Amino acid sequence: MAEPMGFFTDTTVCIGCKACEVACKSWNQISSTNGGQNVLSGDSYDNTRKLDGEHWRHVKFIEQFSEDRVSESRWLMMSDVCKHCVQAGCLEVCPTGAIIRTEFDTVVIQQDACIGCRACLPACPFGVIDINPVTHTAQKCTLCYDRMQVGMTPACAQACPTASIQFGPLVQLRKKAEDRVAQLHSQGKEEAYIYGDEAILGGLNSFYLLVDNPEVYGLPVAPKLPSRNLWRSSFAAAFGAAVLGLWGLVSLRTRKRGAKAEGPSSGDGGGDGGKKGAAP
Amino acid sequence: MHSDCIVIEGSNMAECHPVAFRWVMQAKLAGATVIHVDPRFTRTSAMADIHAPLRAGTDIAFLGGLIHHVIEHEKYFKEYVVHYTNAATLVRDDFKDTEELEGVFSGLHGYDGDPLNGFVGQYDTASWQYVSGDTGTQRAGDGAMTGQVSQNPAKRGDMAGKGPEVGANPPPQGPPFDGMVRAMKKPPPPRDETLQDPRCVFQIVKRHFSRYTPEMVERVTGCPKDVFLKVAEAITRNSNPERTTAFCYAVGWTQHTYGPQLIGTCAMLQLLLGNIGRPGGGILALRGHATIQGSTDIPTLYHSIHGYMPALSTLKQHETLADYLKTETLPASYWSNTPKFFVSYLKSMYGAAATVENDFGYGWHPRIAGDHSHLPMTIAMMEGRVKGMFAMGQNPAVGAQNARLQRKALAKLEWLVVKDNFETETAAFWRTSPEVQNGELKTEEIQTEVFLFPSAQVGEMDGSFTNTQRLVQWHAKAADPPGDCRSDLWFTVHLGKRLKAHYAASTLPRDQGIKHLVWDFDADHPEPGSRIPDEPDARKVLREVNGYRSADGRHLTSAAELKDDGSTTCASWIYCGIYPEPGKNLAESRVPDAPEGPQTHLGWAFAWPSNRRTLYNRASARPDGKPWSERKKYVWWDGKRWTGHDVPDFPLTKAPDAPAKPDAIGLDAHAGTDPFILKVDGKGWLFAPTGLVDGPLPTHYEPVESPVQNPLYKQQTSPVLKMWRRDDNVIASQDPRYPHVLTTYRLTEHHLSGVMSRWLPWLAELQPELFVELSPELAGAHGIDNLDLVRIATPRGAITAKALVTRRMRPLQIDGKTVHQVGLPWHWGYQGLVTGEVVNNLSALVGDPNVSIHEGKAFVCNVEKA
Amino acid sequence: MGISRRDFFRVSTGTALGGLVGLGVNLAPATARAEALRIKDTKAHPSVCPYCAVGCGTVVHAANNQVVHVEGDVRSPVNQGNLCPKGAAIYQLHVNPNRLTKVLRRAPGATQWEEWDLERAMDRVAELTRKTRDETFVERDPKGKTLNHSLGIFSLGGATMDNEWNHVQQKLMRGLGVVAIENQARI
Repeated sequence: MAEPMGFFTDTTVCIGCKACEVACKSWNQISSTNGGQNVLSGDSYDNTRKLDGEHWRHVKFIEQFSEDRVSESRWLMMSDVCKHCVQAGCLEVCPTGAIIRTEFDTVVIQQDACIGCRACLPACPFGVIDINPVTHTAQKCTLCYDRMQVGMTPACAQACPTASIQFGPLVQLRKKAEDRVAQLHSQGKEEAYIYGDEAILGGLNSFYLLVDNPEVYGLPVAPKLPSRNLWRSSFAAAFGAAVLGLWGLVSLRTRKRGAKAEGPSSGDGGGDGGKKGAAP
Repeated sequence: MHSDCIVIEGSNMAECHPVAFRWVMQAKLAGATVIHVDPRFTRTSAMADIHAPLRAGTDIAFLGGLIHHVIEHEKYFKEYVVHYTNAATLVRDDFKDTEELEGVFSGLHGYDGDPLNGFVGQYDTASWQYVSGDTGTQRAGDGAMTGQVSQNPAKRGDMAGKGPEVGANPPPQGPPFDGMVRAMKKPPPPRDETLQDPRCVFQIVKRHFSRYTPEMVERVTGCPKDVFLKVAEAITRNSNPERTTAFCYAVGWTQHTYGPQLIGTCAMLQLLLGNIGRPGGGILALRGHATIQGSTDIPTLYHSIHGYMPALSTLKQHETLADYLKTETLPASYWSNTPKFFVSYLKSMYGAAATVENDFGYGWHPRIAGDHSHLPMTIAMMEGRVKGMFAMGQNPAVGAQNARLQRKALAKLEWLVVKDNFETETAAFWRTSPEVQNGELKTEEIQTEVFLFPSAQVGEMDGSFTNTQRLVQWHAKAADPPGDCRSDLWFTVHLGKRLKAHYAASTLPRDQGIKHLVWDFDADHPEPGSRIPDEPDARKVLREVNGYRSADGRHLTSAAELKDDGSTTCASWIYCGIYPEPGKNLAESRVPDAPEGPQTHLGWAFAWPSNRRTLYNRASARPDGKPWSERKKYVWWDGKRWTGHDVPDFPLTKAPDAPAKPDAIGLDAHAGTDPFILKVDGKGWLFAPTGLVDGPLPTHYEPVESPVQNPLYKQQTSPVLKMWRRDDNVIASQDPRYPHVLTTYRLTEHHLSGVMSRWLPWLAELQPELFVELSPELAGAHGIDNLDLVRIATPRGAITAKALVTRRMRPLQIDGKTVHQVGLPWHWGYQGLVTGEVVNNLSALVGDPNVSIHEGKAFVCNVEKA
Repeated sequence: MGISRRDFFRVSTGTALGGLVGLGVNLAPATARAEALRIKDTKAHPSVCPYCAVGCGTVVHAANNQVVHVEGDVRSPVNQGNLCPKGAAIYQLHVNPNRLTKVLRRAPGATQWEEWDLERAMDRVAELTRKTRDETFVERDPKGKTLNHSLGIFSLGGATMDNEWNHVQQKLMRGLGVVAIENQARI
């Protein structure tokens, strides 16, 4: 097994440019909300709203200004992503075994094995996973598994202009994060802390440096694994999965045909513009 | 990255230049202080240690306040100021400052030239000159975009008295032209190095800014005094032999009726603080297009020809080649080589047909006769004077000021050629513009013949871009463009071939220029595997820009090889050396420094001139040639020659103690302590006797449209700005119907008029709709909630946008009165995946008098719930 | 880019920790595998971002005369592989169904575009240019000073093009006598 790898996202240097969102889409050829014809959310500069099947990276914007703009004036930004949990609920509940833990200790949904059954969606305490509307499979960040395998940096981390997203061996990232927290503390920024150490689901392989409570960033204070009723007994799992597996293979073929009939081939990022013709 | 303090003002760097901002963040992590001075709290402010809010358009007051602070508290870098600037130089007795004339300088009078040029007044600059000696009065600026300086034809005679008298004592002509240049040489002006003489530049500057107190800064800009003083403290603490401060600006500074003056204020401040020519110092212009620098150097701009030589003009003494050279050559300074640059340029135009006998074809070259820039050309188009137009990779239907007027002007054209990647608003104006939608224009009645040529994209063609730091980088063709998409080079080269064929047999004098135009850009061999066998060879174009020996075609290796006798052919002296031999195109070089190297990366691409990364870097050493400090070591004298981490911007073997040679021309006329080699006196200018038409010193004026009476002077606006008063270009100032300040800007997620972003799903979804940013205070007063539709009106028109109500916008107290600011990003139009109203429908045709840039950053508006 | 073919095929079997494997259920797709790298078998061409003036280095990966992928050049001292969202979207400038690939021409008074042959369109533009230039050319001003220019044609654009285009465009225009030449530098 290779060394565990992950992301350390230092939100104090994030400029909210969304290069990570686009670099992710470009490499992974992901479509855009309604072919790009999105609507203004009115929530600061965030218009993609959340992590889902076609947004594997998502930048949050939090405006904190007092009336006088003096006692409080902060605009927090944070690039969110799959946490690649050491104890990953999604992986535990996946009936087909499409969700795997890789040699880098990251969690990947194998697209050719996913049947789009949605079991993993509620199993994720962070709401990371959703169905991609083009492929109809569950999708999320792969930590650029394909790039990692050839020694390349994940697309988002490479693009990030301010090194808010850092990629590397977890041991090194944890050390960098500790140093950065110490530096901020020494500058009087006592509020800085790490979200995602071992206390959370055995450790998040994608973890964050935050300067406010987790809820402010839309993160759970104490994320939980899926409740027991989502867990299958070994037997049920084995049986169910075998059946589901066959069904999955069949449905996969159907889905591929369907995708073709729709026009733009799945995963062709340029293809989603093709919807434009049908739009008013 | 080497800065100890970085001030970002007139720029939203984190949003508009995020990757340049990476270096700011690295400096910050290494301990630098980051300051953002801006009307809005943006993504840049979010990263800054200090955000200083100010009213849009009041930066001269803010920077002037800093200059006042620096002088008043004696925080300036004395040794640098005395030796490297013109602080000690004496100015004429009859110069009168704004202090004496209620906000204007001596020499102001009415404008009596062509109304199309737009001036509301003009200055006779005679009294702004040094007591004696040469300031290059006759030359229209030192390389900035100042081609209009002499559009005041009536005044040329007056000025000739102080400059070299053209024709009074006819000097010998050339080539060689050295004798002529030598005869033009004047002795240097007198100086008082104690800086005590009341007529010295330092004392004039001190008096000029005496009223820019912190209290006045607060009154004018709305920036609280304590915040202003924090900024002043940070920059003075970080400007000395050990430390440097850098300024970064963008169009937040240029798009004003006093844009060049605004940048001049910063240059003065940086000279006073000793931050020019030193690592981690300087003023970084963050420009907005891939080769906006290259298209200024290689000017698709009316007012200049290659390498910042002024365009030939009927408004100056330019009738003959000798006239031009006499008018434009500065005998002292590197510009003494102008005859070599210019004759080599003419050779690049007319080749073998350019001979000594015909003044190298000088008579064939066209002349300008006024301001032919975008603003007046829009008026001329509206009046039917322009018949045909090429819009190449530019989208004026969205990007131009007073865009409604622009679009209606397009409908007056006989023909329009657009070349772009998508069907832009400009290409589709006759079909989908708001004027067609609302019936003001009828498609069937628009007689314009329109062509839309599909373009190749960057990965589909060879060519170079020059970035904002003058770095020329080549991009290689990776694939053929699809269908009938062609490179822009293909289009113009093949158009040129057709036109040359038309005129090949003409004997008319007017056709000799195009007939003899050298047009040899065909590839020797078609690219293997390409569908496009007639793609021109971009390297042949670069070779002509670089230059070669006329006789045998050997590539030139540096501008030092240029001759004024026609034996060298070179379009651009500043790019000379980029392509020193066949097969060695330095724009293609890709060798970065190792991590332990000096990090000047001289092996990565080519920076003009001479691959130099920091200009005027002689100033990074003390007058005696030693580094100012070990920490800020950059270029220094090692006892025999100049050396260091960069290509020295100085004669390599000229000792620091070398005296100026009184009778010499060129750089020999400068001493070993004069770092500013393009200036006639070798000094950085704290006072500009020439080059600017609106004053030798920056002065706070209000924007043309402002809700405020100028608190500093009786003079409200620039007395010489450009304005075109028309029923379709109405201006309102201090008008209760338009009480708010409106500022326009860009977002990270989009590019300019949106052609390169609103058609891309990945970008369109990030910022899908036009919005207007309002403070809760202003929104509340009008009953506007977040996401409500808001109507924003100016005297030119009204648009609607969704409200983004945010405390990042804040009301300011200006001179005892609350002023609200309204913000509009201007990326939307009526074509594309995501569309929205055109914000430039609101802006006006008003311009700066030096460079005709418009005032898009500060005007007035009203808002109401739609 | 320094990626050897051997790297591509260094297939890792990984360790599937899914709840099923331990029970011996064989679900073939559920094993980790090296995904086919998109830029496998492409050639990397050094390039530059076409958006703002920072000049970020990029690498354009292409195969069979098609752009396959564009990303930041990690060697570039300007950006060291970083890009902003626009730079990260360069691929969609090239591969985009809304992109024009034919010359469109709109006749005076027409309500529709028509597709035109490229060479025919070039001939027509040359003809219009020559006609307007000749009709509006002025050799001298009223005082007899040389003008040699035409103000009937306006050339706009340049800052988003190549330096080489800027050179030939301003040269052709000045060769013809067209002096109203402008670009975005004044914006």
